[in-house]
Amino acid sequence: MTDNQRAENIKLQGIAVSPGIIIGKARLVDRSKQKIVYQYLIDEKDLNREVERFRNALLVTKQQIAAVKNNMPEQLKQHAFILDTHLMILDDSMVSEATTKTIVEEKINAEWALKKSVQKINKIFSEIEDEYLRDRSNDVENVAERILRNLAGKEQDSLSVINERVIIVAHNLSPADTSELNTSKIMGFITDIGGRTSHTAIMAQALEIPAVVGLESATNVISDGCLLIVDGYKGEVIINPDVNIISAFQEKQTYYDKYKSSILRLNYLPSETTDGHRVTLKANVEFFEEIAAAKDHGAEGIGLYRTEYLYLRSKEIPDEDELYKDYKQVAEIILPETVTIRTLDLGGDKILTHYQTAKEMNPALGLRAIRFCLKEPDIFKSQLRAILRASAHGNVRILFPMISGFQEFLDVKKILGEVMNDLESRKVEYDRDIKIGIMIEIPSAVTIADILAKHVDFFSIGTNDLIQYALAIDRVNEHVAFMYEPYHPAVIRMIKQTVDAARDAGIEVSLCGEMAGDPMCASILLGIGIDELSMNSGSIPLIKKIIRSISRKEAMNDLNHIMELTTAREIKKFIEKNLERFIPELKDKNTLKPPGNNSLSIGN
Amino acid sequence: MEHIKKLKVINDLGIHARSSARIVELAGRYNSKLYFKKDGHEEVDGNSILSILTLACPKGTEIDARAVGEDSKDLLDELSRLFQLKFGEEK
Repeated sequence: MTDNQRAENIKLQGIAVSPGIIIGKARLVDRSKQKIVYQYLIDEKDLNREVERFRNALLVTKQQIAAVKNNMPEQLKQHAFILDTHLMILDDSMVSEATTKTIVEEKINAEWALKKSVQKINKIFSEIEDEYLRDRSNDVENVAERILRNLAGKEQDSLSVINERVIIVAHNLSPADTSELNTSKIMGFITDIGGRTSHTAIMAQALEIPAVVGLESATNVISDGCLLIVDGYKGEVIINPDVNIISAFQEKQTYYDKYKSSILRLNYLPSETTDGHRVTLKANVEFFEEIAAAKDHGAEGIGLYRTEYLYLRSKEIPDEDELYKDYKQVAEIILPETVTIRTLDLGGDKILTHYQTAKEMNPALGLRAIRFCLKEPDIFKSQLRAILRASAHGNVRILFPMISGFQEFLDVKKILGEVMNDLESRKVEYDRDIKIGIMIEIPSAVTIADILAKHVDFFSIGTNDLIQYALAIDRVNEHVAFMYEPYHPAVIRMIKQTVDAARDAGIEVSLCGEMAGDPMCASILLGIGIDELSMNSGSIPLIKKIIRSISRKEAMNDLNHIMELTTAREIKKFIEKNLERFIPELKDKNTLKPPGNNSLSIGN
Repeated sequence: MEHIKKLKVINDLGIHARSSARIVELAGRYNSKLYFKKDGHEEVDGNSILSILTLACPKGTEIDARAVGEDSKDLLDELSRLFQLKFGEEK
């Protein structure tokens, strides 16, 4: 496709699977682009020979994969089982026996018979609901592709011979291929097919080389040797970029490098304004494994520990001990800091698979979170017992989601009291002074925040739901999603009303929605007087940087001005201009906003 | 000789690539043939990694393992241990 040699700035969108930005020359690798396989009939007397030819190809393939496995680089050793899996697929009756049988019974060539086996396997896999398991058909394709090559008697052009600084472009790379890449030389790779959970993606992350998969047509539109930019954060590939784009990405590249090292420099500094006002920055955490990264990014505790995962990952409600072990582990590792555990917030889009509730017209307004727990007190109590028991091992706070009225909170407290009495009578240890808080995420709770504040130890404002409920916007609905607006004056007023009520009652207030990690919102929230911001840990360094560069006094003055503005657009414009004053590099917000949930993500 | 044993998947990840591989590897060390049956599904070949994967067994799933052959009891005992040890998954 020589036309493309001149066409500039062609952008392809794929799936980002391994972060980083690279600019380099493309090397097209003829890898497993479905070659046309022909069907032909085999004479009765030649059938044995055809079966033999197939068996030989299996044997050669086996030797090749085993050799790759033996030569695996050190950092990939933990993924060696992927190649073991491929060896087993070779031996699998659905591949070897089924194909041999087809050759003999239908008197057709080995290639066609193998293709039939693979199609049959693919069909079975395509019906599996689980995305991970479904993606495993990719492993079968990888193996089949290698067998086909060996049937054709083609030399496997090993990727290990590529010794230039290039970006590999392939239709598909098998884990075996990836393992052979000379990572000291190869900059990264992009492929037409593949998904987020493909084994090749896992290997790319282990090798720490940028990779984008699922580009669909990369091998059709990219010609060998042309210049490429691969953005492993956004999943973007730009073919033949012009000078301006190249320099923009070079800047972005430098920015990320600088950003990475600035995390290390910043994380021990306090998050304090220039006039000495402290705002505690904490991390939102879902998995135990995230805690190390949270600490690295300078989190001063876990402001929101989501507990849904244990309920979602298996078909059964987890038992109390399993929950207890999980919470205890988290409480211990975060010591001396605090972890705020939010009770089950299921419902809406993530209903328990084994708890088949009737299909709801408006799941966001339906049986979810605390409403579900109050309806299923046994499930609720088991979780409360687990949290309370864990509180004996660290600094634990309990947070109840979706509270819409005072009576509801009284009902919750009654159940909590029963659980505490039960533990007391059984002499089970727990923290009797455990702090109890509620999420403020329903407009009715904002309106009566003054009443609620007198009865709880802290508030946590959940802006994602609050904005959705206050503006009546379903963020998942593409027709109205654009109206979801954190800078809406109503949203800012609601946050302020909540914080004022907390102030009057002398309780702490934190904010744990996406707004907490949005650099644009930092000065507003500082002006309003939030004590604690909890966000994805990747956002902490930048928010800290902003807090460290402004004064509380300025932020309060700005807020007074913002409170007089009447539209979201005005507010946004004002903040943007303001922010540039303090942090000039924020000017181009796009360069600052890598996407996704990787550890480098800054905004949300 | 034939033996049947009920097995429960208790490891966090359920039966994924790595655990399937361990099952096939174990079954390969015995002469008996191994089969798995999950409610509502056809019985599948326990020596086939692909068949096991397509059975789709997340944590909490119960399956019947059936082994046919002289060492079928030993095979099922070992297999049951493997399930209990959560296929050697960490944690």
